[in-house]
Parts: sequence; C-alpha cells; structure tokens
Amino acid sequence: MEWEVVIGLETHAQLQTKTKIFSGASTAFGAEPNTQACEVSIALPGVLPVLNKEAVNCAIKFGLAVNAQITPRSVFARKNYFYPDLPKGYQISQYELPVVGKGAVTIQVPTVGKNPAYEKVVNITRAHLEEDAGKSVHGAVEGMSGIDLNRAGTPLLEIVTEPDMRSAAEAVAYAKKLHELVQWIGICDGNMQEGSFRCDVNVSVRPKGSDKLGTRREIKNLNSFKFMQQAIEFETRWQIETLEDGGTIQQATVLFNPDTGETRAMRSKEEANDYRYFPDPDLLPLEITEADKARVLAQMPELPEAMKSRFESEYNLTSYDAASLTSSLELANYFVATVKAGADAKPAANWVMGAVSAKLNAEEKAIAESPVTAGQLASLIKRIMDNTISNNAAKQVFEAMWNGEGEVDAIIEAKGLKQVSDSGAIEAIIDEVLAANAAMVEEFKAGKEKAFNALVGQAMKASKGKANPAQVNEMLKKKLGA
Amino acid sequence: MINSSLKTLSQMLAKKEVSSVELTQAFLNRIDAFNPEINAYVALDKDKTLAQAKAADVRIAAGNAEVLTGIPIAQKDIFCAKGWQTTCGSKMLANFVAPYDAHVITQFDAAGAVNLGKTNMDEFAMGSSNETSYFGGVKNPWDFTRVPGGSSGGSAAAVAARLCAAATGTDTGGSIRQPASLCGFTGLKPTYGVVSRYGMIAFASSLDQAGPMAKSAEDCALMMNVMAGFDERDSTSLNREKEDYTRDLNKPLNGLRVGLPKEFFAEGLDANVGKVIETAIAEYKKLGAEIVEISLPNTGLSIPVYYVLAPAEASSNLSRYDGVRYGHRAAEYTDLMDMYCKSRAEGFGAEVKRRILIGTYVLSAGYYDAYYLKAQQIRRLIAQDFEEAFKHCDVIMGPAAPSTAFKAGEKVDDPVAMYLQDIYTISTNLAGLPGMSLPAGFGTGEDGKALPVGLQIIGNYFDEARMLNVAHQYQQVTDWHTRMPELEVLKEVA
Repeated sequence: MEWEVVIGLETHAQLQTKTKIFSGASTAFGAEPNTQACEVSIALPGVLPVLNKEAVNCAIKFGLAVNAQITPRSVFARKNYFYPDLPKGYQISQYELPVVGKGAVTIQVPTVGKNPAYEKVVNITRAHLEEDAGKSVHGAVEGMSGIDLNRAGTPLLEIVTEPDMRSAAEAVAYAKKLHELVQWIGICDGNMQEGSFRCDVNVSVRPKGSDKLGTRREIKNLNSFKFMQQAIEFETRWQIETLEDGGTIQQATVLFNPDTGETRAMRSKEEANDYRYFPDPDLLPLEITEADKARVLAQMPELPEAMKSRFESEYNLTSYDAASLTSSLELANYFVATVKAGADAKPAANWVMGAVSAKLNAEEKAIAESPVTAGQLASLIKRIMDNTISNNAAKQVFEAMWNGEGEVDAIIEAKGLKQVSDSGAIEAIIDEVLAANAAMVEEFKAGKEKAFNALVGQAMKASKGKANPAQVNEMLKKKLGA
Repeated sequence: MINSSLKTLSQMLAKKEVSSVELTQAFLNRIDAFNPEINAYVALDKDKTLAQAKAADVRIAAGNAEVLTGIPIAQKDIFCAKGWQTTCGSKMLANFVAPYDAHVITQFDAAGAVNLGKTNMDEFAMGSSNETSYFGGVKNPWDFTRVPGGSSGGSAAAVAARLCAAATGTDTGGSIRQPASLCGFTGLKPTYGVVSRYGMIAFASSLDQAGPMAKSAEDCALMMNVMAGFDERDSTSLNREKEDYTRDLNKPLNGLRVGLPKEFFAEGLDANVGKVIETAIAEYKKLGAEIVEISLPNTGLSIPVYYVLAPAEASSNLSRYDGVRYGHRAAEYTDLMDMYCKSRAEGFGAEVKRRILIGTYVLSAGYYDAYYLKAQQIRRLIAQDFEEAFKHCDVIMGPAAPSTAFKAGEKVDDPVAMYLQDIYTISTNLAGLPGMSLPAGFGTGEDGKALPVGLQIIGNYFDEARMLNVAHQYQQVTDWHTRMPELEVLKEVA
C-alpha cells in the first residue's frame, strides 16, 4: 500500500517585548534564577495580571503578515493544571476566541532528489497569546528540584496550522518560512537554542487517496530544523511500519532523541489532563479595532510576499529568484543595496543567491557578517558590466575581496585581470589562432559547430583569459564568414 | 470618643484635643480588654500601629493632614499589607507575611490612617458566620453566643464593639452587608470595579469587591473617598474620575422612588426582620420617599448560580496554594503529587475544600456547558431584572439578611442553610451593583434578646453617593446607628 503522511505544526514564538505579558518584570534571557520574578511572576496571593499592549501589537503584526482575520474581541482563558513551574496553578492562554483567526503562508519547498522545487500554501488555523511557564532545575541542589521563575510570564504567540503538510520537507519549509517571517516583522528573535522559537509537530499517516485523518502523535519541543526533519522521517517510518505490521497508533506525545534519531512516547493522551478552561475573570476581553490594525500596519516593514511581487516587476526577476531573495529581510536589503549602488538587478540577484550565499553557508555566517559589502559587490558587478573583467576573473576578485585583500580595482590591477578589449590586439590574436589551427577551421567550414567553440577557447587561452569573450566571438565569426 | 464619628475624630485630631497616639492607644486598650473574648483581630502589631500613629501626629502638626489622617482603621486579613501577617483566615497562609501592599492598604497609608490590625474572617472569605476561620469563630458583640455573620466577621465585630474607628471588608456574596445587618452597623459594597482588587486575596474574582464597614453612612462616605479610585494594576478597575462620596449626603429625599422587590418579602424572611424593615420603609415615606412595588423574578436563582460561578473561579484562584513557593507545606511526603495532596489537604478547611470540589466539577469537560455556561446566562438575566427594576425606581430596599444573628454552631453542618443567609445580597454581586446595609432597629432572638436588623439599599451602577445620601438622611432622623452593645455586661456574664 502507498502511504501519505499528514503533518500540522504548533509553534511557540516568544515575543520580543521588554517586559512580561502580564507584569512589568523583564524578559531578558540568562539572568540569575528568580531575579526577574516579580510578585506577579511568583503568583503571590492577591496579585493580578495586566496585559502588555506590546504583546498585543506583536499578535496583530503576525495576523496582518499572514492575511488572517484578527478577532475584534478575543478572550483570555485559564488553562488549569498543577506543575511546580506553573506558579498560579493555571496558565493564562486563549481558548475559544484566539486573537488571530484563519490565515495562510506561502512556502517554497526546495528540490529534494528528483522532485523539483514548488510553491505551496499552508493554512494557519489560529494564533493565540499566552504566557510561558517557569523552569524546573534539577541537580543544582543535592536531592532537591529547583524552580526558576524568570521565564514565567514571558509572552508567547502559539501559531497553529491546518494539517496541510505532506512531507518532512514541506514541514521544514513551513517552519523555516515562519521562522523567517516572525523575525522579518520583528516580533521574535528566532533564537531556537534559547527556546525563543519552538515547534511541536503533529504527525499521522493514512493510505494515499484516503480523506480520513489517521491517529496523530505529537512530537514535542523540536529546537532545530535538522532535528525536525529527522524526527518526522523517523516518526513517519515508524507509524507506517507499525500499521503494516498490523498494529494501531495510539494518540500520544513523543520526544525526539537527537542521539539515536528516534522518537519515543512520553505520555499517552488518554491520561491527559482536563484543563478546565474558562474565561479569566481578571482580564477583560481584548478588543482590537480597525484603527488599532491600521496603526500597527503603519509600523510594519514591507512584507515578504509584497516585496517578492515588487522584485518581480521592478527588477524583472523570476518568481523563484524573487522568492529566494526575499527569504530573509537582511538578504533582501543586501540585494537592494547592491542594486542601488549601481549593479544591474539580474547579475546582482545571481551574485547574492550564488557566490555570496554559498560563502555565507560554507562559513555559517549571517548576511550582516559578510566581509563583502553590498557596495563592494556592486563595484565588482559594474566592472563586469563595463567589460573591465570577465565573469571568470570576477570570481577571483570576489574571492580576494572576501579574504580581505582590498577593493575591486586594486585587486584587478594587482592580479592583472583586466580583460583586453582593444580590437587590434584581439584581431592579431585571432589571426594567429586561425593560422595555427587550419584543421579546425576546415572542420568548421565542413559544418562542425563545435569547432567554433574550440577556436574561441584557443583565442582566450592565447590571451591568457584576458580577451573580452564577446569581442572574440564577434570577430571570429566575421573572419570565418559565419 | 470611641463612639464618635470619623468626622468628629478628625476634627478632634485637627484641634489637638487628642493625638493620634492617644486615640490609637484607646482602641488598643479596648482591643486588649475585649478581643480575647470576641476574637475579632487575628494579627496585632502595636509597635507598627503606634509608629503609624506617631507619624500621623507629625503630619497633623505639619498641617497637611487629610480627613482620615491619624484615625485607627481595622483591615480585613484578606488585604496584603507589607510586613504584616496576611492569612485570609486559613492555615494555608498562617505563616505568610505579605511582602507588598494591597491597593486599599496603600490608599489608607497615603491618607495617613493608622492600621490597627488584621481582622478575622471566614477562610478565604468562604462563609456567612466566620466559623470557617482557621483562627476560630468571632463572637457577635450583641450576644456572645451568636455569630457576627461573615465572611467579614472580624471587621464586623470590631466595628460593632468599637474596637476600631472603622474597618474594611470585602463582599463576594454579602460578606459586608450580612455581618453589617447581624452586628448593627453601616456597610457598603461598591459597584464592581470601583475599588481595586490588587493585593486583595481572590475568592471569586468577578464578584469580589472591597468596601467600608463603619458606624454611619457619613463614615462610609469618608472611607470610600480613600478606598475608591482607578488602579492600573487591576484590569477590572474602572477608569473614572475621582468623586467625593460625601457630596450628596444632605440632599432631601423628596420624590425619591424606593422599589420594594416582592421576592424580598416572601417566604424565608423572619417576621422579626420583616417588621423592622416595614417600620424603616414607613420612616422613608415620612422623609418624602415614594414606594414602588417591583419584581426581581430571578432572585431565587441567585444562590444556585452563585454556587456554580463563585466555586468555579475559587477552584482556579486557590490553585496557587500548592506548597511550592510559600504557605503551608506538609512536613513529610513521598513525591510531588503526595506533597500537593498532603499540603492542600492539611492547609484548607472543609468549606474551602467543598467549594474547590464544586468548582472543579462544574468546569470539568462534559459539565461546563450544563453548569458554568448556564449559570453565566442566568447571571445576565439577573442583571437584566435589575436593569428593568431601575426604570421604575431610584433605589431598591429590603432586608440585608433573612434573620437576626444565629447561634454559633447552629448552621455549620448545614451548608445550604448557611448559603441562604445571602439570599438578598448575592444577586447584587452577580449584577455588579452597589449595595449597603444600615441599622434599622432590633428584632428579638428566640431567647428574648434584642438583636440588630439591617436595612439593605441597592443602587444603580455608580450610584453610591445617592445611596449614602439615602442612608444618611435616615440616620439624621433615627439613632439605631449610634447604639452600642454593652460589652462590660456581656463580658461579666461570659
């Protein structure tokens, strides 16, 4: 039987606010335990929550970015359960009426094996505001568990998708897209190691063609895209094998072990808590007006989708190129700066997505850390455009600039890479080449097209690569009467 | 002096006829004399109290005193007060010393009032007789064999026995008004949202409201001037302009339309109490009021609705008492779950446990719609009843409690009988309306003893100034509010 995997994601994005969602305590990461836990954070008797407006702005930004319905009157609810790092014995979240309703994001799924790259729409079910819990610290004190409430009350936006993804590649492409988007609109720092962006993945399988969903298992707390890919692939195989062996899937929460590459059930959903959600009487319903949305929209950068369309029309780029360049705001800004500094858009796009991205990836650097600035890249591209150097020579110049050997023109000079565009000199070289390769000339005249390219190659070689290839081509055609 | 109005005490302090230290000491002496019997206070700290009195005297001398500067006030032990033991009447918090001040405490401190001590109360404000307190019951100053009402029983006894100049209370279903009725003084539960709940230990968040408990309507108005006001730390606090609650006290009552809900005078009301209320209504007619019969058809549903919603909120509000960070933790336990179970089993009393169980039940999957949601719907109907009624009248009057003070132990084993004590008060909490009780005379207990009866006045939203006016005018022509129990005699007998 052929199987289909069905995947949905729940992502917790920690919002970049200075203070907690329901109190004035700081949200900064890494402080000494319990130094950022005010009376509200530790849930003293009598304290009350007050909603942080900045967290609401973040939620509105996200809603606008995914073209979602923003709920005019959403409600905070209490999710009741006992846990030592949950100081109130309930988490303030949203349940029936989340702040962000249905929306969608378009993802680019890259080439995998023989499958070509494609675009896909992933539907967002909802996104809601809630507070994070604290942390249990084991082993700090012999025989005791410690509680650190610095993180308790940190604002989170939980973003839930429809079960729209059909492969690990799609799930990872969505997660990456979302990761980029929340940073793009400035609501989350995206730091996965510090837990600012955490994904839970719901995976189920079903016979291909079936429209019924299988029983899902939820992989919790994946903190890297690599692990997500591995975890989904393992989980999918495990579920298919289990079913093919005649077993059944029990709904469960599972954890991924990066050391073994396996997923394992943590607790069965049958034992799940009854969270006894009810509207929090300490908080009024959250009202968001059209004016609020307009005010937030005015503070937002151009969104990736809009920028992509603009790149296509303004710079005459392909949809794929425009999508790649707008995969992150920094990359897009770098590209625009390169064009503004005088480079043509098409070569600028090729260089940014090609040599620059390759180098950054190889050295695991962010675009902001690129040793070659947009201005330098533009100077290089201009030297190609004005025929000073060939594309091949340009690669050498780029390499040298990356290594900090100086500015474009100085490197061209130092390495003697300037190409020959003097028609007299080129004619002399061609005459020599034609005289020395009479056989090839005969072959060409007999109709062998390949011989022409070989003659161009000989001419370039004779010029030590410095001859302007376009000129060589043109003159050779003239001489051969082609 | 101990029976003087706040206004008189304030004038005496201003004229230096008495110092705050002297006044405070006078009340501390009375507390020493009578509190061991009455058990109105659960925490006293004479050093702190007298230090505040000294500071008040300095402020008075400097000429920047406010009306309540130097006046000794008792604080219900539900308000967190920095450095004070704050127990909420529970073993769970028996050793809890608050590290911060409730908004109400901050307001009294800013006004220069003196904190006399923390008063006894039903555990987590759950009760109508003060008998659920971990620190023992409180005696009704009119008859030591009887309860003072609850949950603000300690504050009630303190005001009635003149063990303070005035006190604070909180009212979730009648916890200011029912004890005011049973102990014979004036108490006001303001419109929900008028007094900040910050630092006031939560019982049922959507119903809890703090208010004054004092000898007269005028005293309550002066207390309200300090307690009321917007506080950004409470999201349900209403952002309204500061008002002077004394502004309308002296308005004549000509043409005042008084609504009498027929449901408040039906079965369940003691004839004893009914007679006093009728006499009081007659007095209002003399003052120029016009009587209108009205109906609040859903009154009978208020108790069942309340005993779904209040426990639901309480079951969640009390989850924080888990033994992890503060409060009672069992001495021995095997694991985390055992620690939770033992700490909560030991730390909470029976009534609190009963309400946590009810609340947990009504919020559970499968029951939520039938109980919690249904109760919320009826709550809206109850509010609509009042909305309709106030089209025909300016204030509503009736009894505050169905009977005079009952005997200690009489209802402890019958929760439903106890819950019925709040039949006339609970609906105003559900609607968020202001309500007050003022002394209107005495009924006779089954043993022939005279026991106070309170008249309840219910106003429209934010109509506290008018209600205080209506009560004050009555207190200008009657003297029930000046009557004091004869403590010395009672003490002798006891």
